[in-house]
Order: sequence, then structure tokens, then C-alpha cells
Amino acid sequence: MQVQHRWPGESRFHGWLYILPGLIIYLVFIFYPILETIRTSFYQWDGFSSNRSFIGLENYVSLLNDSQFLQALLNNLTFIIFYSIIPIIIGLALASLLGRKRLPGMAFFRAGLFLPQILSMVVVGVTWRWIFNPVFGPLNMGLRALGLETLTQSWLGDFNLALPSVGSIGTWVQYGFCMILFLAGMQRIPEDQYEAAELDGANGFNQFLYITIPNLRAELGVALVTTIIAAMRVFDLVYVTTRGGPGDSTLVTGFLVYRSAFQQNRIGFAAAVATVMTVIIFVISLFILRLQSRTEGEQ
Amino acid sequence: MSRKAWTRLIPNYLILSLFLLIIILPIIGLVLSAFKTDTEIIKGPFALPEQWTLDTFENAWTTGRFNYFFRNSVLVTVVVVIVSVFLSTLTGYAFGLLPVPGRKVLFPLLLLGYMVPFEAVIIPLYHFMDTLHLTDTYWALILPQVGLSVSFGTLWMSSFFRNAPKELVDAAAIDGCNRWQVLWRILWPLSRPAVLTLVVLVFMWTWNEFLLALVMVQKETMRTLPVGLAFFQGRYSANIPLMAAGSLIVAGPILLVYILFQRYFIRGMLGGSIKG
Repeated sequence: MQVQHRWPGESRFHGWLYILPGLIIYLVFIFYPILETIRTSFYQWDGFSSNRSFIGLENYVSLLNDSQFLQALLNNLTFIIFYSIIPIIIGLALASLLGRKRLPGMAFFRAGLFLPQILSMVVVGVTWRWIFNPVFGPLNMGLRALGLETLTQSWLGDFNLALPSVGSIGTWVQYGFCMILFLAGMQRIPEDQYEAAELDGANGFNQFLYITIPNLRAELGVALVTTIIAAMRVFDLVYVTTRGGPGDSTLVTGFLVYRSAFQQNRIGFAAAVATVMTVIIFVISLFILRLQSRTEGEQ
Repeated sequence: MSRKAWTRLIPNYLILSLFLLIIILPIIGLVLSAFKTDTEIIKGPFALPEQWTLDTFENAWTTGRFNYFFRNSVLVTVVVVIVSVFLSTLTGYAFGLLPVPGRKVLFPLLLLGYMVPFEAVIIPLYHFMDTLHLTDTYWALILPQVGLSVSFGTLWMSSFFRNAPKELVDAAAIDGCNRWQVLWRILWPLSRPAVLTLVVLVFMWTWNEFLLALVMVQKETMRTLPVGLAFFQGRYSANIPLMAAGSLIVAGPILLVYILFQRYFIRGMLGGSIKG
């Protein structure tokens, strides 16, 4: 820790020289706008006229009764099932099925399973819009080819099906990530724990419950928080696939912010939605940072 | 490995292959579609095109103006990556190895940006840029992205510098290196893995960024690839070959970088970088 000390002849503020360029750009283009968003959320403003009127917490109070906002929040929560719960279950099931044997060629599978993570959500959305297309989409075409004409649907156009359809795209994006995370974690579990359990007569399920799960605590934390945040932040995918429709059946908070601010000129309201959204994401992020610092401390 | 050991692994490979196929098949279908004609599309996603031509790509590239989008995306991404990684190295070095008065306030202040979504900044940012007449310019796409990337980059690089071998730094100091020389002559050559991970992550986030470019740019020729593709879909959503070709132009460069630097992507993202 010596190096943290000042060197002879060095100014007390020498370190600031290194920080200032990055810090200034950050303060001007990220931090100041965050504060402005919060301030704007206490005003009523159409975005162009000069009269902004201070209305205190009124935007937040109206959120509580705003059917669009509640619908959007509910849809984000529903997306947690598709982005987080299902991929984690798939990942855990797969990791325990595959066990801790080292598979030759795993790098190839890992690269493929990870692929959706690096693609632009716009590309993912365009691809799945084609797959879900009622007329020439592969999904309905496949069903017809199998003689299951009755099962064909307007996947993204139906009020009840649009949300799970978009959600399942999230599952497609996230499950490989969860699998890889858990498989990597499994490699760390000491073999003798399983051997001891075997001797005690624990069956596979109990081994999973009492050895695998507790040992994967850190990975589970990372997976939960990463995927939940992804579910809370959905924007690009909804913009490309459904624009929140039909009706508001796939509306999410991110899209509501965009629509209210840039299409309906309800700036104060949009800022309030953005603030609530950020606070939720924040609380979850703080959780992951604490978790990470704890696991780092263990190593 | 013995033959018996291999046989025991077969179920594992089957399971993995099944889940890999679910991911890969849509992408294969997309690639094939880009080479097909409109009428070939209805023959099924995995029917091979009769003629492998690049006509559709050319169509997207010129008529669809993907040449402009591509140029914009490359320019913005290259500048953001270079500037962000350079600035993050400086801030990370300072927070990792230098005395910084006020670090208890400054470090968490910077990390805040690592956690916020663009939705939290976009509304005032737009009006701010509008007042400065910077909308529809590269500045509006580059500066906020740098701000956000420096936030994560500081966290990433400072943890690298904190764990750097102190003896080397001390030895260099005794040899008369100043702080700047210690950074670039001694530590920078060692930081390759950390820097490469940061490069690929910032590259990916910038290349795929959507909301910022959607809001800041009105002029068609200033759009980046993801925004260009989204508008393209609004117009040609029934023309699957064209949409597929456009998608591949957007995904191509990131795929290339992914193939080359796959290790760094996965390491960075499993490390719990929660953006994206």
C-alpha cells in the first residue's frame, strides 16, 4: 500500500490530474442529467414551452393510479419470469445433469450458448419477429407442416400471447448465460462433498439440494441480479417486436419513458417513471455489488 | 480417453447439443434467408437458396443506406472505445495506485453511472444537446457513451491496478520513473488481458446501443446500425431477405470480434458486468 502514499516532491492533488478528464465527461453527460431527471420529475412540462410548473410529488402520486404505468411495471415483473426464473431453472437443471465431468470441446458449446448475449437486441428482435410472423414465419409454417394448423397463432398480435411471446425471446437470450455461469461454478465444488453424501446414502436430488445449490450461491446471485436487471431494462426488444402493443399488452417502463417523453411530450411524467425505474434497478445493482465484494473477500 | 469413458459422455453431448441448436437454428435461418428471394422464403427457413448471391446485401447496403449506418457505427464505436479505454486507464490507475484526495466521494460518484440505465439520463440529455445544437452530430452519440463507459472502466481498471505487483512499481520508482512512466512503461504492458476485456465490452455496448442513437438522431444519414435496422424494419418488415441481410450487416462486426476474442467477452460478462 506504499504506492498510495505521496512521492517526494509530488503535489497532494497529483492523482486528480489522472481523474479529471474522465470525471468531467462523466459529470457533464451522465451525472448532471441524472440529477436533472430527478428535478424534472417534480415539474409539469411539455418539453418546449418556457413554462415549467413545479407540482411537487404530483407526478409520483399520479403514477400510483396510472393504468399505463402499472401495466408496464406488471409486464416488467412478468418478464422476470421469462428473463430470470426460467433461464435459471434451465441452467441449474442442465448444470446438475451434466455434472462436473470435464467435457472435451466444451469451449465450442460455451461460445455458441453465449452467442445471444453479444447480439444487438434489434437484430434479435428482427429475427424473432420473422419467426413469429403468422403467415410466413417458421413457427407457424412448422406447425402447419406437422398438421397442427389449429395451434398456429398470431404470436405477437394477440393480446394474451404477445407478452409471453416476447418474454420467451428473453429466455432464449438468457439461458445459455445461466448454464455457462453454473457449469463454471460446478467445477469448483470439491469432489469429496459428493462422495461423502454418496456414502451417507443421499440421492441425486438431495445432493443437488444440499451440495450443489449452496455451493453455487455466488453464481446464483450474479445470475439473478443480471437477469432481473435485464428484465427491468427491456426496451430495444419491445421497440422492435411490438412497440408495446397490441394495446398496451407488452408495454414496459423503458418504453413508457420513451413514449411519454418523446412522443407525447409529458416530460415530467416520463422523468418520474424513469426515476422509479432507476431506483428499482439501483437497489438490485447495489445488491450485486455487495455480493461480489463478499465473494471477492472469500478468495 | 477410453472408449467406455466416451460412451458415458454421449448423453451429456446430446443435452448440450439440443440447447445449442435452439440458439443456433434461428441464426442459421436468418443467414440463409439473406441469400434467398422473396418466393424462396415460403419454402421453409432451412431450405437452401437456389443461388448464393450477395444482391440482397448490396440492396440493403446502398438502397437501404446501410453504408451510411455502417460508417456512423464504426466511427462512433472506434472513437468511444479508444477514448473510454484511455480515460479509464487513467482514472483506474489513480484510484488503484495513487493518493486521491476525496476518493471516498469521487469513486462511488463515478460508479453510480455503472448502475443507471440510459432512461435515467436521456430526457435532460436530449434537451441539453438540443440547446447546444449537438443533436444529429457524432458528439451526441460519443460523449454520453464515453461517460457511461468510463464509469464501468474505472471500476474494472482500478481493480486491475490495485492487484498489480507493487515490487515492480517500487523498483521503477527507485530507478527514477515518475508516475506517468510507471503507468505506461511498467504497468500498461502487463494490463493487456484487463484492457482487452474492457475493449470488447465497450465495443459491444457501443455497437449495440439503441436508445441514445434513437433519440439523438433525426437525420437518416446520421443513424447508427441498430437504429437504421429498426427503422428499416418499419418500412420493409415483409421483405425477409432484405431484413436478414440488414441484420447480418449489424451483427457481422460484433460476431467477428466475438470469434477472435471470445475468451475476453465471456470472462468480462461472467464477471458480473451488468450493463447491456
